[in-house]
Amino acid sequence: MLLAADLGASLGGRDVLHGVEFEARPGHITAIVGPNGSGKTTLLRRLTRDLPGPGSISLDGVRLADLSPRQLALRRAVLPQATAVGFPFTLREIVRMGHEAGHAAHLPGIVEAAVEEVGLSAKIDGFFQDMSGGEQARGHLARVRAQVWQARRAEYPCWLFVDEPVASLDIGHQLQVMSVLRRFADAGGGVVAVMHDLNLTAMHADRMVLMAEGRIAAAGRPAEVMTDPLLSGAYRCQLCVNTAPPGGIWLLPQAARLG
Amino acid sequence: MTAIPFTPAIRAPRLAVPAVTTGLALLLAAMACLSLSIGASGLLPWELFTRDLNPAERAILLDIRLPRLILGMLVGAALAVSGALMQGLFRNPLADPGLVGVGAGAGLGAVIAIVLGGVMPAAVQAVTGMYMVSLFAFFGGWATTLILYRVASLRGHTSIATMLLAGIVLGALAGAATGILIYLADDNQLRDLTFWGLGSLAGANWVKVWAAAPVLIAGLAAAPFLARGLNAMALGEAVARHLGVPVEAVKRGAILAVAAMTGASVAVSGGIGFVGIVVPHILRLAIGPDHRTLLPAAALFGATLLIGADTFSRVVVAPAELPIGIIMALIGAPVFLWILLARRATMEI
Ligand SMILES: Nc1ncnc2c1ncn2[C@@H]1O[C@H](COP(=O)(O)OP(=O)(O)OP(=O)(O)O)[C@@H](O)[C@H]1O
Ligand SMILES: [Mg+2]
Repeated sequence: MLLAADLGASLGGRDVLHGVEFEARPGHITAIVGPNGSGKTTLLRRLTRDLPGPGSISLDGVRLADLSPRQLALRRAVLPQATAVGFPFTLREIVRMGHEAGHAAHLPGIVEAAVEEVGLSAKIDGFFQDMSGGEQARGHLARVRAQVWQARRAEYPCWLFVDEPVASLDIGHQLQVMSVLRRFADAGGGVVAVMHDLNLTAMHADRMVLMAEGRIAAAGRPAEVMTDPLLSGAYRCQLCVNTAPPGGIWLLPQAARLG
Repeated sequence: MTAIPFTPAIRAPRLAVPAVTTGLALLLAAMACLSLSIGASGLLPWELFTRDLNPAERAILLDIRLPRLILGMLVGAALAVSGALMQGLFRNPLADPGLVGVGAGAGLGAVIAIVLGGVMPAAVQAVTGMYMVSLFAFFGGWATTLILYRVASLRGHTSIATMLLAGIVLGALAGAATGILIYLADDNQLRDLTFWGLGSLAGANWVKVWAAAPVLIAGLAAAPFLARGLNAMALGEAVARHLGVPVEAVKRGAILAVAAMTGASVAVSGGIGFVGIVVPHILRLAIGPDHRTLLPAAALFGATLLIGADTFSRVVVAPAELPIGIIMALIGAPVFLWILLARRATMEI
């Protein structure tokens, strides 16, 4: 269980997060949504100890501040919004960095399996920098997956924190990545994902947290958060939520004009 | 997720790491034998065992050629490894202590010790002893690296242009201060300084070996402990932290090791440039950028290159000697230009 209370953050002398309460459970995909600049990345960076600030955070009963970087790396992996690779490493070497960070001993086969999971097996020995933008994004996802390959360890669940994991992917690979996250959650791990695609989020998330202007505007099951007034208010445009058989939800952006 | 492109245009299929490392070790052994064998007296090293040498001949082998060889290997290894460490720290293949002012800063420290050593409080002289020049060079290099990192790094990312420009400025500043001190130096000190400044192993003796070796060996021994951290830092400081790397400790360790090795090298052999750029660059092409294999290979290759250049410097204008710094610049400058041209294609300087 990830519990955070009274989180704040200030960037460039400005408070961009105000008294945020946040919780996420292992076994769930918890999605953070909201307009550009609403503080999603900032919240994720606070939750992953990237950014100092007021508030308290605990991960499965342990105060985050009490864990060393090494202990933290065994419990959770983090995929930032953008990662540049500074030297001509191969995909295999990049994914192995993740694997070695999360495991005391090298276990054979995990690097290959993580690369297979994101559909990049053919490129495993190619240079990372020579892959396309979307392939690099999936390569980094394979790296964080290899870091927390077992979704649970004996004493605690593992966590994935991902910032816009599908932003540069085509629709097929968006679904592939969401099902990677789904499997991880189903195996007992916790997933906290910053998302922009509301349809994809509604389809895959167990819980949604809607942010606006550095605060939580709403939180709950997708059906509770995906309502016309909540979304229209947060995104400052008129949005119309539709339901699809059987029981799904989708958003029709064109309807904004009609409303 | 946006991927920020960073694509060096030079690509080559990788070679097997064990083969390359073994090859480099054999090359180093061969070069060491060659270096011990070449000199004005025509003595060969194995004559030490095959016949009775007179004291003068023994001295040539054991007190002139041997310390020079040992110092050359240590300095070469240290320069190459400091280059690789600094490039890892700055995430940039063009970072080199000699190029970005760290060598100049260390040089200023050394010159302060040479020129002002005599007038320093007796206590300082007593404590530092024969290590004084090394120590001052270390502090000069350390201060420069620290300033450079502060100036050129923002939130774990390094601006290449800022780093190179800051390096030029710091180098110029250190050079100016060095110039003022040279103005103050007397004739004896001046002769020391001129020879030293060109970069040479010619003054090698056991005292210099004992003064520099502990520092150089400590720096070389510390380097492998930084390797995993530097690998992760290629993905940025934040990602490295998420990979469990104690980033601040790695940075501090790398800066200290670079300053120690650059300081000690500059103190005993003056300004020898380009080893730190050429060696890691070629090795990254051959065996890849993983610092766990890159750093040991760089030590072997750097040692080989430096004693090779030193041997060449002794024969090419015999019986005179060409300063080794000049030879390294002749080899290194074209390689550096080659890197620049290759990277120009992708406009990432
Ligand atoms: N380094 C910074 N310095 C100053 N202000 C910043 C900095 N980084 C972010 N901000 C500000 O903090 C606010 C929240 O930014 P954040 O990156 O968390 O937004 P986000 O919800 O992730 O947006 P996006 O959907 O565009 O990724 C924004 O108003 C942004 O301008
Ligand atoms: Mg963001």
